[in-house]
Amino acid sequence: MSTAEHPPAESNPVGEHDWEAVQSSPEFVELRRRLRSFVFPMAGLFLVWYLLYVLLADYAHDFMATKVVGNINIGLIFGLLQFVSTFAITTLYVRHANKHLDPAAEKIRNELEGGHA
Amino acid sequence: MNNNPVLNISIFAVFVAITLVVVIRASRNQKTAADYLAAGRAFTGPQNGIAIAGDYLSAASFLGIAGAIALNGYDGFLYSIGFLVAWLVALLLVAELLRNTGKYTMGDVLAFRMRQRPVRAAAATSTMAVSFFYLLAQMAGAGGLVALLLNITGKGGQAIVIAVVGALMIAYVLIGGMKGTTWVQIIKAVLLIIGAGVMTVWVLAKYGFNLSTLLGAAVDNAPKFGEKILGPGLQYGATGTSKLDFLSLGLALVLGTAGLPHILMRFYTVPTAKEARRSVVWAIWLIGLFYLFTLVLGYGAGALVGPDKINAAPGKANSAAPLLAEALGGPVLLGLIAAVAFATILAVVAGLTITASASFAHDIYANIIKKGEMEDKEAEVVVARRTAVVIGVVAIVGGIAANGQNIAFLVALAFAVAASANLPTILYSLFWKRFNTSGALWSIYGGLSVTILLIVLSPAVSGKASSMFPTADFDLFPLSNPGIVSIPLSFILGYLGTVLSKEKDSAKYAEMEVRALTGVGAEKATAH
Repeated sequence: MSTAEHPPAESNPVGEHDWEAVQSSPEFVELRRRLRSFVFPMAGLFLVWYLLYVLLADYAHDFMATKVVGNINIGLIFGLLQFVSTFAITTLYVRHANKHLDPAAEKIRNELEGGHA
Repeated sequence: MNNNPVLNISIFAVFVAITLVVVIRASRNQKTAADYLAAGRAFTGPQNGIAIAGDYLSAASFLGIAGAIALNGYDGFLYSIGFLVAWLVALLLVAELLRNTGKYTMGDVLAFRMRQRPVRAAAATSTMAVSFFYLLAQMAGAGGLVALLLNITGKGGQAIVIAVVGALMIAYVLIGGMKGTTWVQIIKAVLLIIGAGVMTVWVLAKYGFNLSTLLGAAVDNAPKFGEKILGPGLQYGATGTSKLDFLSLGLALVLGTAGLPHILMRFYTVPTAKEARRSVVWAIWLIGLFYLFTLVLGYGAGALVGPDKINAAPGKANSAAPLLAEALGGPVLLGLIAAVAFATILAVVAGLTITASASFAHDIYANIIKKGEMEDKEAEVVVARRTAVVIGVVAIVGGIAANGQNIAFLVALAFAVAASANLPTILYSLFWKRFNTSGALWSIYGGLSVTILLIVLSPAVSGKASSMFPTADFDLFPLSNPGIVSIPLSFILGYLGTVLSKEKDSAKYAEMEVRALTGVGAEKATAH
């Protein structure tokens, strides 16, 4: 009945599309580039930053226990900076997504769904 | 502790009564599978974000982390940082893409472009494994909490309370489905965060809102360790092995969250990927704020209650936060915080139960046994309800059996399985074109079995006085946390399984990627 190129309709509630053509369209390639060029480096960055913190807390006790102001030491500041970086990356990603991802995704979606919203 | 069990129970009873009313109201108009398993996808991002915080901030987070900081100082803080940073994995790599491609379960996404039945079976197996370990941890924790808050020290009495908690949870899930459960999470999260916030401000006010003064007071009150509680190393710094163990734990914490099925399932309760993103943002801010509170509460308990008194109390570290509440506001605040802690266990357990039952009903019953014919039919909901009862009973029996076991160990086990079996498979499915059925099976079953094998062979299970079986001796693997071995291994297995199989479906990957990134054909909210 069905061939590999044309999956049966019931398994495809979205309707028939040439998905590979959409996937290789310049608009979609650009959307994927915008997503990946942000999330991959950012994920690498926060993982390295987190691992640096864990390794310091694990193996550099004296350094982390160095006092800076009153009883506040480097370890505490480093730990609180992990909170700051998490909040900052969250905010940056939301701005990036709102500005660069959502409009592009919406355009492709509307074209595929045939809507003119 | 100057405890008043009647007061504690009364406050908790009020919470149960209010939430039951809310759950019953929420259960109206609940007909389809999308209603029951995904709350009609009608929650807003902020609502779902609060519910995620409710699901995530378990009693282990609240009582456990505050207690760890009170007794071991800085090392307790390390947990909260891993738990928080982990959310960036969910935000950047998982939440939106998962929302766009799935319906109810993790299996929907993993099986999207694979052979359905084997991958769904694997996804359901690992969903149930993670949920079961997590569930056991919560139920075992309930026993300890009862001892602490209601002065019920006999195992028989505690078993009755565990059974009551389990029965309540079954009622919430049966009546309210995902919608009712979500409202329970929201109410609980609001109470927990307000309660912790009030205590934090109260503690800080006692020290002139000066964190340094508070830390100084905690040092003065810790004659055994003194200044050492301000730096890392007390809990994990003793030997080379314990340091490696901590590194391993740190990896599982940061990579496990985005593979926890009960967290992933929450992304299906909102109408769009954009709302899924908003929910993660809300969750990150709330969870971050809460962990900052626990830092103050932990050192505050050290300063105002003192490690000796905490160690002497039933439940030891877990009693730090309740004891601090008592020191600040007397029996009434203690009762409130105790009720919140109970509510926390109840809500998390309900969330886990609906996740495990959804996976059974949707992945195993509707898609494997009935080959997709029953998908979205009423039968799926019926099976989900029945499974919830079975899981509830298993959780009660397991919780009674596991009463007194190390809770942190069970939670770490759940995170290790999630990070090893689930996350690599999710990331490969979403981002790697070549990934196929064989790769998915290798990474799920491989990650799951390696993790469990390493845990069984670890000192957490045998060989030490603190082990599950202290008299037996088969601890061949030196670390209690397997993540440092099992996570990379699972990534490698997923890769090998993929390249050793010829299967490849570029067309289906094209469909998945386009749908994931654009939201074409994503499940919509049901209208009422």
